[in-house]
Amino acid sequence: MSAVADTHGHAHDAHGHHGGYSGIMRWITTTNHKDIGTMYLWFSFVMFSIGGLMAVMIRMELFSPGLQFFNPEFFNQLTTMHGLIMVFGAIMPVFVGFANWLIPMQIGAPDMAFARLNNWSFWLLPFAASLLVLSFFMPGGAPGVGWTMYAPLTAQMGMGMDFTIFAIHILGMSSILGSINIITTILNMRAPGMTLMKMPLFCWTWLITAYLLVAVMPVLAGAVTMTLTDRHFGTTFFNAAGGGDPVLYQHIFWFFGHPEVYIIALPGFGVISQVIPAFSRKPLFGYASMVYATSAIAILSFIVWAHHMYTVGMPVTGQLFFMYATTLIAVPTGVKVFNWVTTMWKGSLTFETPMLFACGFLFMFTLGGFTGLVLALVPVDIQLQDTYYVVAHFHYVMVAGALFAAFAGIYFWLPKWTGKMYNETLGKIHFWLTMIFFNMIFFVQHFLGLAGMPRRIPDYNLMFETWNKISSLGAFGMGLAQLLFLYIVVSCIRNGKPAAQLPWEGADSLEWTHLPTPAPYHSFETPPVVK
Amino acid sequence: MKVVAALAGLGGLALSGTAHAIAWNFQTPASRLAAEIDDLHQLVMWLIIVIFAGVFGAMFYSVYAHRKSKGHRAEQFHENTAVEIIWTVIPAIILVAIAVPVTKVVISQKDTSGADITVKVTGYQWKWGYDYLKGEGEGISFLSTLATPRAQIEGTAPKGENYLLEVDNELVVPVGKKIRILTTAADVIHSWFLPAFGVKQDAIPGFLRDTWFRADRTGTFRGQCAELCGKEHGFMPTVVRVVSAEDYTKWVAEFKQKSAKAAEDDTKTFTLQDLMQRGEKVYAANCVACHQANGRGTPPAFPPLAGSKTATGPKEGHIDTVLNGRPNTAMQPFKQLSNAELAAVITYERNSWGNKAGEVQPAEVKARRK
Ligand code: HEC
Ligand code: HEM
Ligand SMILES: [Cu+2]
Ligand SMILES: [Cu+2]
Repeated sequence: MSAVADTHGHAHDAHGHHGGYSGIMRWITTTNHKDIGTMYLWFSFVMFSIGGLMAVMIRMELFSPGLQFFNPEFFNQLTTMHGLIMVFGAIMPVFVGFANWLIPMQIGAPDMAFARLNNWSFWLLPFAASLLVLSFFMPGGAPGVGWTMYAPLTAQMGMGMDFTIFAIHILGMSSILGSINIITTILNMRAPGMTLMKMPLFCWTWLITAYLLVAVMPVLAGAVTMTLTDRHFGTTFFNAAGGGDPVLYQHIFWFFGHPEVYIIALPGFGVISQVIPAFSRKPLFGYASMVYATSAIAILSFIVWAHHMYTVGMPVTGQLFFMYATTLIAVPTGVKVFNWVTTMWKGSLTFETPMLFACGFLFMFTLGGFTGLVLALVPVDIQLQDTYYVVAHFHYVMVAGALFAAFAGIYFWLPKWTGKMYNETLGKIHFWLTMIFFNMIFFVQHFLGLAGMPRRIPDYNLMFETWNKISSLGAFGMGLAQLLFLYIVVSCIRNGKPAAQLPWEGADSLEWTHLPTPAPYHSFETPPVVK
Repeated sequence: MKVVAALAGLGGLALSGTAHAIAWNFQTPASRLAAEIDDLHQLVMWLIIVIFAGVFGAMFYSVYAHRKSKGHRAEQFHENTAVEIIWTVIPAIILVAIAVPVTKVVISQKDTSGADITVKVTGYQWKWGYDYLKGEGEGISFLSTLATPRAQIEGTAPKGENYLLEVDNELVVPVGKKIRILTTAADVIHSWFLPAFGVKQDAIPGFLRDTWFRADRTGTFRGQCAELCGKEHGFMPTVVRVVSAEDYTKWVAEFKQKSAKAAEDDTKTFTLQDLMQRGEKVYAANCVACHQANGRGTPPAFPPLAGSKTATGPKEGHIDTVLNGRPNTAMQPFKQLSNAELAAVITYERNSWGNKAGEVQPAEVKARRK
């Protein structure tokens, strides 16, 4: 707890706000949860841009059949790095940024529990990201193994593979440290009267996510470390010739990988559970069942991993077990969707940008959930596994789910963070462009998958051409639309109109009701009392 | 900008739509299993559409009717235990109802017993090997490699209808017979995928897995490797030709005749020119993907053969490398090739791209087979 006393110390510091440093040193040394949150958010945007650029390059190559721009090796490197960068560099950090900004304010705490650790969790990221990007410049280039990094293909890669493995170690460390911090903060630093069941849902989803992270990041670290020793130190964990088994890698990876998709999704659920009530001017329907549903999803996520492996050839009992367990997750997920829709029911609705993104989320995340149900059924999945249907499915969950939730949250809290309003008209345009182009990219990919187009291929038969063209055009549009997003945020920070104390009529968590807008550098030096 | 892009998209759609058929659903099933999968998929899709329409009908009604701009005042209810129990229990019941027919299909899909013909399928980077292990045609063994010419891929020749979905030697099976497929791989994981039969089975190095199909009509059916297996992953199609029982018997006889002729080749001595000509073809089918047409490879992953110590050194070392591969590298054994083919490709490597290291005859290769 001494770290907490420290942050308090800063407030009384003669240099005031920034602990005595200015310029770049302020950011390097900061232990303030808001500064760190801001850095996470910008970092995530940079990675989103890099990953997005790679996506556009992939879609360029897939615009027409034949090899146009890149050779197949480089194409594989692009898909691999796009996936890794989006998952570990863009989506996970953006929600850690939200957590940093909001959790202390929403539970009435002065800062995060371990302020220095918080600084370190962030500053690990740029090193990890550099390793990922640098792997492109190693002999043999970046690994072309897919973000799942299946053995034994990993054994054939050059030094870029080792860079990637090391980057994943560092990213995992950062996530674990960040999670420990979040758990400690939520469990120990709530204001008097803020019982767990009074916490905003965003804090709940993060509490659960943080436990998931602590549980599974070490598993991923184990999987990639075994890959590393197989590559260099003569072990044969994943090599049958030495008594190992390549499928073992997949079990370990997906034991991490399935909870990982909820790590990506749950904080987004939390954001949506704040935004929808605010713009419905009505309390969240079924708060308690939301908490239970989230916990149920988290627990179930540990027993469904092999639904990614129906085609490796499991015994029939294995297939049936994993199928039943997976379809079970549809129940708590359904509860959440019903609760959100019922929250809107008989509310007093307005549709500012955050609410538009929340509705977009609701609609399309549910679509992704339904295709997930289709994929859970063993025989159908055997047709669709490793085809474009899967690519469409997980982008509906990760882009229309997690990314849309992040957009909703950014527009929602931007006034609180900056004290200024963004341009509402441009915000709405950003929503509609993103929505239209997103569906143009990914809806048609369901058709490609059904028709049998495998994923991770740089070239395809002519019967797939039409959908691929539409998909690629959508991707170019989606890329341009995100430039508009950057413009909206920058011009809001530079010269947005001052925001009202409570810009959203229906917002009712502590950061809105008990703190001025913009939020002061140090919030709640004396804790508020929650009734 | 975006408007232009969208218009261009529509234009592109119109153009490409006329050029060829657009695929957007499962391929027409050619086995009962595939048909059952198709039915299951339709069943869930209808269910999904109904639920989706219900839930989002409610949402859109609310979006329309409960707006602040229409003066709707928010009610403050936020709980209703009965409703919450209902919408937990009903989806659970629906799931159980779906699980019943699905479970039946899973069980029949896994039942590989009672096969008429058993074929071992081996995934190699980047081709398939087929060995007929049991049933009519036992003993037949060959490789199946992409037949689309490089020029089509690079865009210097027009692309054919079966672009990237055509091979030199198809897997040939009789119609109506239960074919058991055993999968394995020599290097990395591949996946043998044939959509029209509803079959996809990973091929895992060092392990055997199995699956089966029974084609219910004759014809040629096409799929692709479905597990990322390195750079040419997009270029290793799976093609099956289903023929009538009589045609199958004929095909088996012809195949056996051809192999007998290949065995004869083993004892012949060829001229350097013959070996070079044949070797170039074998090289193009089996080695270019890694070592490249110019023999320079793509180091560090795939070494050059031009000037390589092995390819210019003693013949034995060269023969052993190609015959047995190099353990734990992408250089796999090429035992499946005939002695004459191996002699030809080795000779070709020893006498191209500036190499000058003499010829190798089939007998020499045969002598080094263990
Ligand atoms: C999947 C990629 C791949 C294919 C296909 C392939 N090779 Fe190789 N080859 C390699 C790799 C990798 C090595 C290096 C092995 C090592 O590190 O010792 C190699 C090494 C060799 C060498 C030894 C080179 C040296 O300097 O030591 C020869 C000779 C060779 N291959 C011949 C062939 C022939 C002949 C074929 C076709 C019948 C072929 N290879 C197909 C990947 C491949
Ligand atoms: C918004 C624009 C995006 C576009 C146009 C896009 C496009 C693509 C494309 C074309 C692929 C390759 C599919 C294949 O060949 O198999 C791909 C794969 C992938 N994408 Fe995206 N993507 C986008 C955003 C995202 C985001 C935000 C995430 C993150 C959470 C993400 C995660 C992934 C993953 C994990 C893969 C799999 C990579 C692999 O096959 O190993 N994508 N995406
Ligand atoms: Cu999963
Ligand atoms: Cu393959």
